[in-house]
Amino acid sequence: MTGGAVGRALLRIATGAVLFFMYAPLALVIIYAFSDTGTSAWPPTSLSLKWLELAVANTGLRDAFLTSIAVALGATAIALVLGSLAALAVARHAFFGREVVSFVLIFPIALPGIVTGMALSTTFATVGLPLGVLAIIVGHATFCIVLVYNNVLARLRRTAASQEEASSDLGADSWQSFRFITLPAVRSAMLAGALLAFALSFDEVIVTIFVAGGVKTLPIWIFQSFRLANQVSLVNVAGLVAILLSVVPVYIATRLTRDTGAIGRT
Amino acid sequence: MPAVRLEGLTKIFANDAVGRRVARTIAAATGAPSLTAVDHIDLDVRDGEFFSMLGPSGSGKTTTLRMIAGFELPTEGRVLLHGVDVSTQPPFQRDVNTVFQDYALFPHMSVSDNVAYGLVVRKVPKTERVRRVGEALDMVRLTGFDKRRPSQLSGGQRQRVALARALVNRPRVLLLDEPLGALDLKLREEMQIELKAIQQQVGITFIYVTHDQEEALTMSDRLAVFNRGRIEQVGAPAEVYERPATAFVAGFVGTSNLLRDDVARAVVGQGGTFTVRPEKIRLAEPEDPVGSDETSALGRIRSVVYLGPDTRFVVTLDAGAELVVTQQNLVTSSMDALALEGKAVRLIWKRTHNYRVADSAA
Repeated sequence: MTGGAVGRALLRIATGAVLFFMYAPLALVIIYAFSDTGTSAWPPTSLSLKWLELAVANTGLRDAFLTSIAVALGATAIALVLGSLAALAVARHAFFGREVVSFVLIFPIALPGIVTGMALSTTFATVGLPLGVLAIIVGHATFCIVLVYNNVLARLRRTAASQEEASSDLGADSWQSFRFITLPAVRSAMLAGALLAFALSFDEVIVTIFVAGGVKTLPIWIFQSFRLANQVSLVNVAGLVAILLSVVPVYIATRLTRDTGAIGRT
Repeated sequence: MPAVRLEGLTKIFANDAVGRRVARTIAAATGAPSLTAVDHIDLDVRDGEFFSMLGPSGSGKTTTLRMIAGFELPTEGRVLLHGVDVSTQPPFQRDVNTVFQDYALFPHMSVSDNVAYGLVVRKVPKTERVRRVGEALDMVRLTGFDKRRPSQLSGGQRQRVALARALVNRPRVLLLDEPLGALDLKLREEMQIELKAIQQQVGITFIYVTHDQEEALTMSDRLAVFNRGRIEQVGAPAEVYERPATAFVAGFVGTSNLLRDDVARAVVGQGGTFTVRPEKIRLAEPEDPVGSDETSALGRIRSVVYLGPDTRFVVTLDAGAELVVTQQNLVTSSMDALALEGKAVRLIWKRTHNYRVADSAA
């Protein structure tokens, strides 16, 4: 065996170890979700869908899941509108404070969630917005906007402004130019940003705790049920759902923006 | 009435700290440096003519075109289209269309949808639309390409689509911003001939921006030479070439053969700045006789460039200055020409070919 071959073998082992540490815990969650004996025995003796059935029947889990979906959809909708409009303004117009706007939009992603949560909770109490689903949506939107903003901005910077000029030159008013030229150019970037925003909102815990009031989202339900012996097997099913609803949107978003670079929190 | 009239047209850009263009109000507030891209231009473009705006990059020709199209608002002055002041109208209300340097085709639309775009947004009925798109594609010889995407076309074909997309709207003025810049030489020469033919066929006023003096000379009915945001000369190609108004025009349209001050006094017999075109000068032996209607100067051949049909000589005059002389290779070969390097010569040309020019701001 040559030195190079030894090096390559070591590299393979190291890579395997890293991947194992990253993914074995996830695999465990999935296996337990389908194990007949739940978390009480290892290795599983037989596979079963009984936890899945119990999970569907559990009203607490089901409500938490639906709340999470509603929150994620709401936050995504706000992010989609505000993020896209902000990207259009920054990419296509020169105005006083443009760089500041850009920075202010990206900043919440760097801000510790605990600070965001605290600040939002205080603010909502001050302005009299009751804690609950609406408060969570607004809270999530603050850091979801940047995902749409970054994606749409990256796409707009790659799309020649002369296309919009050509449209205007050919007689299209601003609305027609937006509908026929700009929107088709950024549509997939908007979708990618929206999917990422959805995934980010869906598994958010820290900010949610501060503004949820009594409302439970799926991650909070998991967090609270995890220590209850009679719920622990359902938690694995909930975990599986959370994994799927994060991984699938991110995967699709990556494919949609494959040629544009920047998808994440850059 | 002129198709396009520019009155005191001026555009001042301001740049922020990192060199991006910013609005004037911001510049005023932040004290950003400003750049006068177009400086009080007055110009009449006649109806139906092929008019070129010629100048080096940064001379203001493209900014002027963009103000006619409506993409830039003038800082001062007015743009009149067929007598109507359109200075503050948005592009979609102006009866002009533009062929862009990068073509600006819509990548998500087929060729026929690209060409039909102007008709669709102006709500032209479908049957008429289909007919006019077909005609426009025929005119640029792209019949049968209607289902293709822009990405499936060559550079020359994209250029034709851009032309068809603009012409299908039957504008009264067509603006072309260095439309052939991205094409290779052979294709460019073909397109020059074709563009000129199309212009004569449709009878629309063409305003053509280029930095290529040969292109401007071959295609235009008239041209304007831009320098530093101003127009130095407007005229027919032969007029601008044969009788350049300024030293800049003499240099940019053709070769800069300038005789200034002391050299001019010694050679021409008067002070000032004179120019003489390289092909008007004859190379002769130093002892050759000079006619009474001729100007002559002694010098030495500094370098020889063999160009195939012609040879270009750079001659250092004994009086100072350098003159470029081109001679057709009627009998000489490249070997004969190259052997002349370093030889003492007499340059002779007709007195009538001395043109007094004004010194440019440059």
